[in-house]
Amino acid sequence: MAFTLYSLIQAAILCVNAVAVLHEERFLSKIGWASDQSVGGFGDEPGVKVQMMNLIRSVRTVMRVPLIAVNSVCIVLLLLFG
Amino acid sequence: MDLPHQGYRATKSRARAAPPPAGSVLFEDTSSTAPAMNSQGYYTPGYDMQGASSDMQGGPGAGNMFADPMANAAMMYGSSLANQGKDIVNKEISRFMSVNKLKYFFAVDTRYVLKKLLIIMFPYTHQDWEVRYHRDTPLPPRQDVNAPDLYIPTMAFITYILLAGMALGIQKRFSPEVLGLCASTALVWIIIEVLVLLLSLYLLTVHSDLSTFDLMAYSGYKYVGIIFTVLCGLLFGSDGYFVALAWSSCALMFFIVRSLKMKILTSISSDTMGMASSAKPQLRLYITVATAVFQPIIIYWLTSHLVR
Repeated sequence: MAFTLYSLIQAAILCVNAVAVLHEERFLSKIGWASDQSVGGFGDEPGVKVQMMNLIRSVRTVMRVPLIAVNSVCIVLLLLFG
Repeated sequence: MDLPHQGYRATKSRARAAPPPAGSVLFEDTSSTAPAMNSQGYYTPGYDMQGASSDMQGGPGAGNMFADPMANAAMMYGSSLANQGKDIVNKEISRFMSVNKLKYFFAVDTRYVLKKLLIIMFPYTHQDWEVRYHRDTPLPPRQDVNAPDLYIPTMAFITYILLAGMALGIQKRFSPEVLGLCASTALVWIIIEVLVLLLSLYLLTVHSDLSTFDLMAYSGYKYVGIIFTVLCGLLFGSDGYFVALAWSSCALMFFIVRSLKMKILTSISSDTMGMASSAKPQLRLYITVATAVFQPIIIYWLTSHLVR
């Protein structure tokens, strides 16, 4: 399995895109993973599920605008250079 | 048009070959004038002067470093540009990662490197695995043999790439692209391992003091085992390869478990008053053991195609 750095970047972009398209209302609430459904235990250790939900919410908030730019660049490059 | 051009080149080459003991005085001469004037304003009168002066000082150049002041001014301008560029690069790099933290990982000496290599290859007799602190800051690797460093992983990585090239050359499968491919494959595996470790440490809220560089160091120690395995495979054939693979896998697994046990399993969690759920220590143990089990797999993956 010969990796290049470019394939790592591609895999990273695909993963971040996959996390970014998870919709709050339509999907995450249905399976109980919405960010407003976790009543935090103050001072207690948050569990794995709460950490994962926080991670998904923060990735969606932070990476929304940079992903637009990165995806556009990727599309243009793939169209030009195949 | 050719003759003054050749004269300019001849003076420049002669000036470069001459040793500059007298040149330092004259550097100060031009540096006192060059920043005072606007650089663009200096070039046009300098160009007019050069046509006149190179005719006058044809011979020994009157002891100047460069016979024409325009080359002097250009060199001072270039060196000031280089200094500015260096400052900008330093500022930008220090925004992303602190260079001081990186310097801590390279503060090694020969005694530390030898002892650490011995511990990586034979960790069973090492007694004390605690990282020693000195007023809340960890001791640099020069004074504490348990501290992680980045010198050994970097050198081992480069040695592994060179060894891979040599092994492929022995099998007559070498080409320069293969070296780059090997390097980027190994680098990608390091990045994947560090990212997975960071992600799992974040998800399980392990408040340890393992920074990214620490994890890079611990995941780079396997290259010492890889080098040993590949060398044995080249010297002693396929049997030697499997024996060395088994030995270095066991040694590395022991080393990783003992090193990370101190940092992950005993880290201070926010609820220390006996309310620790039973899932937490188990999950942390799983992380440590999974990291350890990952090492032989990756060693085998990265080296099996080198030793047939």
